[in-house]
Amino acid sequence: MSVRENTPTRLEVDLASGGATGTTPVAPPVRRRRSSSVGARVEIAVLVGPALIVFLGFVIFPVVMAAYYGFFSWQGYGPPTDFVGFRNYVTILQDPTFQEALTHNGVIVVLSLVLQGPVAILLALLLNRKLRGQSLIRVLIFVPYVISEVVVGTGWSLMLQSNGAVNGMLEKLGLGAFTQDWLSNPDIAIWTLMVIITWKYVGFAVILFLAGLQGIPEELPEAAAIDGASFWQIQRHITLPLLAPTLRIWAFLSIIGALQLFDLVYIIWGQYIASTAGTSTMATYLVANGRNAGNYGYGNAVAVVLFLISLVVALIYQRFVLSRDTEGAITEKGTSK
Amino acid sequence: MTALTTPAVALPPANPPAPIKTSRRWGTPVAYVVAVLVIGLMLAPVLFIIIGGFRTNAQITTDPSGWPSVWNIGNYLDVLTGGTFWRLVGNSLIAGFATTLGVVVLGLMASYVLARYKFRGRGILYATFAAGLMFPMTVAITPLYLVVKNLGLMNSLGGVILPQIAFALPTTIIILVPFLRAIPDEIQEAAFIDGCSRLGFFWRMIVPLAMPGVITVGILAFIASWNSYLLPLFILNNDAVFTLPLGVQSFASQYSVDTAKVLAFTSLSMIPALVFFALFERRIVGGLTGAVKG
Repeated sequence: MSVRENTPTRLEVDLASGGATGTTPVAPPVRRRRSSSVGARVEIAVLVGPALIVFLGFVIFPVVMAAYYGFFSWQGYGPPTDFVGFRNYVTILQDPTFQEALTHNGVIVVLSLVLQGPVAILLALLLNRKLRGQSLIRVLIFVPYVISEVVVGTGWSLMLQSNGAVNGMLEKLGLGAFTQDWLSNPDIAIWTLMVIITWKYVGFAVILFLAGLQGIPEELPEAAAIDGASFWQIQRHITLPLLAPTLRIWAFLSIIGALQLFDLVYIIWGQYIASTAGTSTMATYLVANGRNAGNYGYGNAVAVVLFLISLVVALIYQRFVLSRDTEGAITEKGTSK
Repeated sequence: MTALTTPAVALPPANPPAPIKTSRRWGTPVAYVVAVLVIGLMLAPVLFIIIGGFRTNAQITTDPSGWPSVWNIGNYLDVLTGGTFWRLVGNSLIAGFATTLGVVVLGLMASYVLARYKFRGRGILYATFAAGLMFPMTVAITPLYLVVKNLGLMNSLGGVILPQIAFALPTTIIILVPFLRAIPDEIQEAAFIDGCSRLGFFWRMIVPLAMPGVITVGILAFIASWNSYLLPLFILNNDAVFTLPLGVQSFASQYSVDTAKVLAFTSLSMIPALVFFALFERRIVGGLTGAVKG
């Protein structure tokens, strides 16, 4: 509480200390003595300048240009001149290939939440008890998350080939009837993708939830246990509600990540096979129909659509799901570490 | 390899100290069983890649999921003695360290201003950087490619490094600003009373005190750069400057018939990331969860 009251006073402290510097005998820089605000401005410019230039040049400028190029039919040579208004956008939204990709993104968003969420919660609850070798377990669960998408993609596509290790294993186990063409059968491919995604990213969710669980005061479940609550009752009525903010943040990250999924699909299925196998995403559509097809204007329009969809989803999520947490975050801004 | 055996070693002594709390007694063995199962599932694909590299193509074709009948280190030796692998590692290291350095230096300077200076427009400046989180590289990739091309940085690591720094800045600033704000005002006052300028305060106090946050941010930037795929895919078209992810992919397509060698190459390429992760596990996990919670 006292920390929160401190926040406004730090302003005054800053000002006061700035003034104090001017009067101290221990040779402060001259410009500071004359006018600390000019000196401070130079310092601000020198310190923020480089970061701001790099950031504006390589993040903001390209994003703005993407929006601009999106209104042109442009092959990337010379400046764009063939202004087509919203025609690119109309084409995108009417293109069945894009609609498929968007559908796949939707499926991936939902399945990521449905598959990873419960698995990660169960694992986190189990691993949150005092286990021998807990830190080792945590490291090992996190390994797939650290390995690069290319390694994951290359390894899994070799395992999942029709004559690969997964089918070989199934036959050895006498389950030969279940062998599949995991990657190119359009009825199955998206599920294969989901297995790989779950494998790669569930560790991140577990680590996140474990951190959240460790923030729950031990007294609460202990008190409930003394009052006779069972383990699962405690989890259901005490731990999970207290974990809810972490769950909401994780779901947000997962949704945005799923909407922008590119690497794994592009590495395993490539730009052409992805659409026939039913795993294309908006991002692979962007690269395949943009630069790879030489249609820079069109590719940028796809990028804008992808961004707007992510933005709308993010805003809706913030407004209706995260709002409780952000209210807390904003009111406690000054006190948070 | 050792990773597989260690959980098994950790298991036996686990049962005796289990009944600490009566309410949890039955659950603990279940937790171990589940933990071992999950770890098995998580590690199986990784082990397949590593062990597969010790087999021959003939073995892999006749029995794709088998154990190496003879452990054959020829694939690994071929990769390690060939120049390609080391060139890729070198390029990835250069890109990774340069990105990390750039992110840390630029991010720390900007965060210091945002955390400790009072000036008009500070909120807008912070919001500008934070807004960068909303723009994934995918959205900006085509114009970014054109910017890099116009700067003459195509097919050079610089063309990958600069955008990577730019795109890592929002996270860095969001992690570092609260960190720098938390440094007590008393330290700052004392330093100023002793005649320290704000820049002197930055070098002598902020940089050392911010080290834990800086290390976290640096590690996150390094791993992101190490695994980065989309940007190098657009910028680097020449084998000589390929980073490891591009190299693995091109090796896999070039030697698509030589599965064993591809597996050996792939498993060697994940070793640096795994070693790095093992060394800095706590920082990485803490950084990721902290970044999300903060």
